[in-house]
Amino acid sequence: MTTRAKEIAETQERKSLGLWVYLMTDCMLFGALFATFATLNTHVGVFGGPSGADLFNLKFVLVETMLLLTSSFTIGLAYLCATRGFKAQSMFWLISTFLLGASFLALELWEFNQLAAEGHGWWSSAFLSAYFVLVGTHGAHIAVGLIWMAVVIFRLLQRNFKQTDVQRLSLLSLFWHFLDIIWIFIFSFVYLIGGMS
Amino acid sequence: MKKPQLENRHSPAPFLAYIIGFVLSIVTTLAAYFITVKRLWTADALIYIILSLAVVQLIVQIVFFLHIGRGSRWKAISFYFMLFVVLIIVIGTIWIMHNLNYNMMDMSPAEMKEYMHANEGI
Repeated sequence: MTTRAKEIAETQERKSLGLWVYLMTDCMLFGALFATFATLNTHVGVFGGPSGADLFNLKFVLVETMLLLTSSFTIGLAYLCATRGFKAQSMFWLISTFLLGASFLALELWEFNQLAAEGHGWWSSAFLSAYFVLVGTHGAHIAVGLIWMAVVIFRLLQRNFKQTDVQRLSLLSLFWHFLDIIWIFIFSFVYLIGGMS
Repeated sequence: MKKPQLENRHSPAPFLAYIIGFVLSIVTTLAAYFITVKRLWTADALIYIILSLAVVQLIVQIVFFLHIGRGSRWKAISFYFMLFVVLIIVIGTIWIMHNLNYNMMDMSPAEMKEYMHANEGI
């Protein structure tokens, strides 16, 4: 391995460790939000208002989950294609990931809007505050991930894949997989378990 | 485009791993969904089953999608530290708030005494 290649590899290692540490602190943030939700998802937190069982449409949430799960798969494919040097396929999978992520976000915003329009916004009970903050924080992460992805896509439209672009893509895919993992817990804990009580 | 030069350091996970991970994730998600919708067990049992399925899917995604931890001790250390902190936050909060809820039940002291007598043997 040449000195230059070694340098690039070491820089990449540092960047990837940096992103990793950020993701770990983000997990702690979500841990606190999950704990808050668990505390307020009780008859005290619901405060006489509607509970999860009255509000959540599980079929709708299942569709959202499938969209995000598939997008996590397609960004993995985009990364694999990039490491093997297939630019066209990689672009195809990246753009599919972007579209899947964008439709996930659109569905989530529609759901929020629907809840707020029916008068069950974040202001109406402690349970709903915890719900909107937890799911909304995840949604904000998704929005940031989409912006990041758009930047990567535009860069790659203009120029060819370089080694550094592949590495950027690997960081982006790490972030995206992480968001999918957080969503699994939101799906299980907030919607499936919260929807029962 | 040339192939990346670093393949011996970061050998990309094969397509097969992604496909297996994707299929397993879909299966666990659908399983969690259907046992909840069909109410196959009591609510208490369902909570544990749903949470176990979520943890299974977490492990599946870490193994098949994240392909991390190769050669980085610090990633592993920060991961375990995160797990430690999150477990303290989540389990600690649920435990304490449950106790608080229990102790703040809407009862007069006499009723509470009665209740404790009946349920706790105090």
